[in-house]
Amino acid sequence: MTVSDLVKGDKAIITNFNVNEIPLKLIEMGCIEGNFVELVQETPLKDPLYLNINGTFLAIRKETASQILVEKL
Amino acid sequence: MNELLKVALIGNPNTGKTSLFNSLTGLNQKVGNYPGITVDKKTGKCKLDANTTAKIIDLPGTYSLNASSEDENIAVNVLTNWTNTYYPDVVVVVADVENLKRNLLIFTQVKDLGLPTILAINMEDLISAKGITINIAELEAELHTKIVLVSSKKGTGIQQLKSTLLNYKSLSTQQCAIGSTSILSTKELNEKQQKHKDTVRRYQFINALLTQHYTVKKTRSEGFRAKLDAIVTHKVMGYIIFFSILFAIFQALFTWSEYPMDMIDNAFAFLSEWINNTLPEGAFTRLLSEGIIPGIGGIVIFIPQIAFLFLFLSVLEESGYMSRVVFLMDKVMRKFGLSGKSVVPLISGTACAIPAIMAARNIENWKERLITILVTPFTTCSARLPVYAIIISLVIPKGNTFLGLNNHALVLMALYLLGFLTAIVAAYILNKVLKLKSKSYFVIEMPNYKLPLLRNVFYTVLDKTKAFVFGAGKIILAVSILLWVLASYGPGDSFANAEEIVSSSHTNLDAETLDAKITAYKLENSYIGTFGKFIEPTIKPLGYDWKIGIALLTSFAAREVFVGTLATIYSVGAEDEATLKEKMKKEINKDTLQPVFNFPTGISLLLFYAYAMQCMSTVAIVKKETNGWKWPLVQMFGMTIFAYLVALVTYQILH
Repeated sequence: MTVSDLVKGDKAIITNFNVNEIPLKLIEMGCIEGNFVELVQETPLKDPLYLNINGTFLAIRKETASQILVEKL
Repeated sequence: MNELLKVALIGNPNTGKTSLFNSLTGLNQKVGNYPGITVDKKTGKCKLDANTTAKIIDLPGTYSLNASSEDENIAVNVLTNWTNTYYPDVVVVVADVENLKRNLLIFTQVKDLGLPTILAINMEDLISAKGITINIAELEAELHTKIVLVSSKKGTGIQQLKSTLLNYKSLSTQQCAIGSTSILSTKELNEKQQKHKDTVRRYQFINALLTQHYTVKKTRSEGFRAKLDAIVTHKVMGYIIFFSILFAIFQALFTWSEYPMDMIDNAFAFLSEWINNTLPEGAFTRLLSEGIIPGIGGIVIFIPQIAFLFLFLSVLEESGYMSRVVFLMDKVMRKFGLSGKSVVPLISGTACAIPAIMAARNIENWKERLITILVTPFTTCSARLPVYAIIISLVIPKGNTFLGLNNHALVLMALYLLGFLTAIVAAYILNKVLKLKSKSYFVIEMPNYKLPLLRNVFYTVLDKTKAFVFGAGKIILAVSILLWVLASYGPGDSFANAEEIVSSSHTNLDAETLDAKITAYKLENSYIGTFGKFIEPTIKPLGYDWKIGIALLTSFAAREVFVGTLATIYSVGAEDEATLKEKMKKEINKDTLQPVFNFPTGISLLLFYAYAMQCMSTVAIVKKETNGWKWPLVQMFGMTIFAYLVALVTYQILH
């Protein structure tokens, strides 16, 4: 599953992603394999997504979120 | 002997880095530009002790030194190029105590450059409130650095930071020994993958380090954030709150800035008159009183509105609310080819398009950024206000007051809505037309909510206002001088002999009326008047005469010049609106024998000003931001041709 499949309150561990599909800034903000991710807040269309990645609160678009593979906790 | 110590401040956005900079430097700071690019350069001075002054550079807030953005390039250049004027003796990395993990990434990168580095952990006042435990001594040992706990909010730790800076020679320059490739040697093909690898290694090091020496207990503040987010980003409530705030801001913007604007207007009119009466008569006095002073006045009058707008914007930004608006609006804006981050430029555009277009820099996606830049000038900037005000009062009957609004206010509001609507529709069309491929990148940090620091808000307002006055001011001033010269001198005999020609044909006039007639006659035969006559055929179908034509031309430089030009043309000495209005009202078209400023012409003019790209400063900033002449020219011709067509159709229908 990917980050875009999470629902509000779900916590997961980032397992894999294609580096070329992810903005470097997101990686720098803590989106790397092994770090945790939590879906904090949903919008009606689930886009963008409000996340907590490794302690940083941020928002990304669904398009990017669906590139990040996770394992739900 | 006064020693000058060069200090660089670096750190993530939202860490209070700028607050710390403000605490250290106070008013001894200045904002400039790095040559050739548009990133703000903030420098300031701070006295460390009796003999030592620190020259502090506030580097742009960045998450890393990966040199993947303009901001990061600046930081990397300052920190690695020892020929750079700002190459520091010592670096202070500012980190937020609540998110040490992410903040340490850039710290390890800076440390690996081998410069003396201090880690300033900010917001130490939150340590106990958030249930944070932190082992400073261990962290200092593992990171080979000195750690200073500061609170830029409460002003604690500043003295300790200063003394640590003084002893910078004792700081270790040992690297963090993470064993990663240096950030400088990653210039190969799979650059991004290398940077990813490097980041992963650094995070592994940091995670291991912090697990041992740093813990955070989940506290009430987390709950507060969640509760506020649930309301502010709610799918219905969120939008209602946002639009209410927006409405309140506009309301305040106009009511609050009205008084200072009137005061400034009167003060400059008075100054012009005073100079005219005091200085000996001559070309220089007239240049001063008719060109330069009104020119400067034309800039200064916008200070209240711009200052208030930036006051509101910086409060929204500082409190953390703006990120929520971006989050909320992103999906909606994307339908029109814009980004959630386009909200800030579109709102700022109601004060002035220049800072608004600069604010579009935060948009990662090039296509979305370009569209934002191209449509922002459609929003009703404050320079359109004086033009709208005088035309509306001439051609729209005031009518009855309804809900506190009369016809004048309603038309003005309609024009604002029209501006936004056009911007959105234009964005939609551009999105369909432009064939640009770029990834839909969008990352925005959602910072903690906090009460804005008064001092930070004050400095932001000061900086932005100064940037506007001196940036746009130079151009407006130059144009006013040029305009004055073109209107005060003319080709041929009819200009040189204006006095004789006018006095011989009007023998029975009193001196004052005769003077006015001479001025008007001179203007008609000046360089600019001759040109106005030349272009008259092209603007006649829009319902304008050559005088309006001149005002259209001169106001290409800046829209508000329109009123000033008409004031000069209708031979009114001072910029007294009542008198100018009277004169405009009495102006009769020679062909139709109708008043020039009738309803069809007025509406046609209003629409022309709503759409035409008449601002040299905006053209200049668009050129800078898009790195070339292509887009500013497309924008200028596109908007102006569209404005011409709309004005033409409107006049022909209403006429």
